[in-house]
Amino acid sequence: MAVEPKIRLDHVSKVYPGTDTPAVSELTLDIDPGEILVLVGPSGCGKSTTLRLINRMIEPTGGRIYLDGDDVTDVNPDQLRRRIGYVIQQIGLFPHQTIAENVATVPKMLKWEKKKISARVDELLDMVGLDPRVYGGRYPKELSGGQAQRVGVARALGADPSIMLMDEPFGAIDPITRESLQNEFLRLQDELRKTIVFVTHDIDEAIKMGDRIAILGKQSVVHQADTPERILAYPVDDFVRSFIGAGTAMKGLAFERVGDLDLAPFDGPNGNGESGAEPTGTITADATLYEALEEMLRTADGKTIVLDDSGEPAGVVELSHLSDALRTAQDEARRHYDELEAAS
Amino acid sequence: MDGLQSWWSYVVGHSDDVFEATLEHAQITVTVVILATVFSVALGIYVQSRPTSKAIALAISGIFLTIPALALFALFIPLVGPGNSPAMMALFLYAILPILRNTVTGLDEVSPAVVESARGMGMSPAQQLWRVRLPLAWPLIMTGVRISTLLTVGIAAIAILVGGGGLGVFIQGGLTRLGLPNSVESVWVGTVFTVVLGLALDAVLSLIQRLTSSRGLRA
Repeated sequence: MAVEPKIRLDHVSKVYPGTDTPAVSELTLDIDPGEILVLVGPSGCGKSTTLRLINRMIEPTGGRIYLDGDDVTDVNPDQLRRRIGYVIQQIGLFPHQTIAENVATVPKMLKWEKKKISARVDELLDMVGLDPRVYGGRYPKELSGGQAQRVGVARALGADPSIMLMDEPFGAIDPITRESLQNEFLRLQDELRKTIVFVTHDIDEAIKMGDRIAILGKQSVVHQADTPERILAYPVDDFVRSFIGAGTAMKGLAFERVGDLDLAPFDGPNGNGESGAEPTGTITADATLYEALEEMLRTADGKTIVLDDSGEPAGVVELSHLSDALRTAQDEARRHYDELEAAS
Repeated sequence: MDGLQSWWSYVVGHSDDVFEATLEHAQITVTVVILATVFSVALGIYVQSRPTSKAIALAISGIFLTIPALALFALFIPLVGPGNSPAMMALFLYAILPILRNTVTGLDEVSPAVVESARGMGMSPAQQLWRVRLPLAWPLIMTGVRISTLLTVGIAAIAILVGGGGLGVFIQGGLTRLGLPNSVESVWVGTVFTVVLGLALDAVLSLIQRLTSSRGLRA
């Protein structure tokens, strides 16, 4: 609790001139250091506007913005933006510059030494999985969409900002490439521990990428901001329920691993046999409950053998385990919200 | 073949004059195009984000092009007297439109995402202009400069009518003596060397355009 938020939005509003209804209304939100906070909501809810208020691409008309406790609402916006990585869906690489020059943009503006810049560029390109010797001298038009967005991410990381703002970064990329970019990005984030605000309209992407998710309604009103597990287990209102959609309970199963369960004993291939046929499907202990469910459905057994590291049966996961897990998650979330309410 | 031969012997016989006139013609053109480029690019940058000013600037520079050359040249004589000066002023006005229009179009065509990312990385408006927007618009601006150059080379041939020099001297001189010996040869010397000068300048500009445009922008 004592951790100072990395980013604090304090009653931030944006009213465009000539309109009465604010695009963003009195938004208050804390973003902790090292977390990925996903802003998700239907189109037109103001989530992109909210993101762009943080680096003041859009100037707020009310409220204050704090980074590391410093009020940055009135500092020079260009200086501010050099401290914040910014990745957009359309990528926006400079077509007249090589990949290496693109990645060097912010370090160059900060007047780093040439040697330091070129070492940094190589490091960043390696980091995003592009060989600097192959790609450094190429131009953006010679890259695929997926490669271009890798460069976009590398460029945003240029001067090692502690904050990254990402506006639907993988939205225009084909599903297969998107999945691998998401995975690589999460792996990268494990090392880098940046504070990231990530905008998407895709709830599945939000669940996958977010340490926390803020579900935004009209005018960026926060309906619920919490971990994906809790949101799936316990949507606080109808708006959240309808936004996260059907099958949400099942999505929650993806957050728990079979190995963490209290498994039923495995009785051997020809056990007592009284409960009918023995399960035929097998999964490993690090599989998620979602995968266990899939295996149960595939084999129509209602249970599945769990194998340990050596490939020996360690126990059996049953359908009741899954419903118990869901109930436990719901109870935990409800208790959490009851406590919050009691505290306020 | 006879005509070509007598034309050639006329060129050889007047080689000093031809060379001098070509040089003067080139000087007029290059001066006018350089001034028009600086002016039009600066104006284009200024009006590009201002729709009303943009429309007005393009309309006025379009009107310049429709004013008959002879009239426009003569209009400046009361201001600066006869000679190359009134001619260059008129040529300057003619040279604006192609460069201005291509500057505006070139800047318009810079992808908003590119400008957004430049801004998002903390580039000031001046840095966005010099490091991103102008380099991206540059190939188109240079195309405008080449068009203006060809236009200027051609029209500069009538500078003689307001007391100026250049290759028009041969054309006008030939026309006033039409029927007399060497008159046709003289007209053809003026014409051919004007065309050759135009092509030569265009070739040089084409090379400059290639050398100064990013490889990443080539189709």
